[in-house]
Amino acid sequence: MDAGPVLWVLSQVLELESVRRGRAKPMSGVMKRMGMIFRAKANKALDRAEDPRETLDYSYQKQLELLQKVRRGVADVATSRKRLELQLNQLQQQSSKLEDQGRKALALGREDLAREALSRRAALQQQVTDLETQHATLQGEEEKLTLAAQRLQAKVDAFRTKKETIKATYTAAQAQTRIGEAFSGISEEMGDVGLAIQRAEDKTAQLQARAGAIDELLASGALDDQSGMHKDDIQAELDRLSGGTDVELELQRMKAELAGGPSAGQQAIEGGTGQQQSQQQPQDTPRFDKQ
Amino acid sequence: MGDMIVRIMGEGQVRLSDSHLPELNKLDDELLAEMEGGDGPGFRRTLTALLAAVRSRGTPLPDDSLEPSDLILPSPDATLEEVQELLSDDGLIPG
Repeated sequence: MDAGPVLWVLSQVLELESVRRGRAKPMSGVMKRMGMIFRAKANKALDRAEDPRETLDYSYQKQLELLQKVRRGVADVATSRKRLELQLNQLQQQSSKLEDQGRKALALGREDLAREALSRRAALQQQVTDLETQHATLQGEEEKLTLAAQRLQAKVDAFRTKKETIKATYTAAQAQTRIGEAFSGISEEMGDVGLAIQRAEDKTAQLQARAGAIDELLASGALDDQSGMHKDDIQAELDRLSGGTDVELELQRMKAELAGGPSAGQQAIEGGTGQQQSQQQPQDTPRFDKQ
Repeated sequence: MGDMIVRIMGEGQVRLSDSHLPELNKLDDELLAEMEGGDGPGFRRTLTALLAAVRSRGTPLPDDSLEPSDLILPSPDATLEEVQELLSDDGLIPG
């Protein structure tokens, strides 16, 4: 099996026979043990090579592969983040649409319809909150991976220079120590970055599965999309009630005017204008309670 | 040398004086005990304290440094389970 750079690194992180063999004394803390594990990994890889100088080229290849993988990781996370932003936008638009519908339904005296619109909106807000949390997570991952890529790039460049110097200057026997020095530093970085990229991939995969589910919801019309192609049932009912032209609202306003005296008429007119404004200003709700 | 290098996974490496070792060791032993005892909140608290101590006492190494670390710490958001997993396959933990 040809393991990718991460698996290669991980398999070495977890390959610990040489740790057991080389263990001088019991390690009492987390950070000491971790340090040992990483060192053992580097030594193990070095032991395996016939000519230590070959290890340099092989490791350099792995470093470049890992660097590519990290860059792809950054791009993947960014894509997921943008997709999430798009969905958040859609959900928020849908949410304010439901709020408007609720207001309109109330104005038409259909409290049941208004309640339905608002409870759908509450469910939607829950989704929005979830997505916002995920968005923050992804942003964090993106930042971490970007920095990791920068660090790894700097080390890979330094390693390349050192590698060429060692190959040009030393015999295989002499090179051993020099290589050991350069190699353990970079291999430690690779182990660290390898784990980081794997964690980021896991997180992204989880989030993508959820994003896919939300896309399906949006596409199915369960959450009405913004294309205006299909209207939801609440909108259909509102359109039916108002004949699509706010006739019903106008009628109610007139009725109120006729039924009451001049003052009632005045109120109704205010109510009417309030209704107009509320199309743009959702916070005007209380005005419709008197309907 | 009176210096040591500590890696914080996911963050990078810092150099700090050996003189801080007793303080760090104490926290590190606590961390291990909490990890083995499955004490999640304790583990989080001690890891945070250990990381803060290393960050505040240490000077960051340049990105292009190729020096290996003497000690390695999990990343700040690593869970107890993740660290257990990192260490468990190694056969180092007795019992």
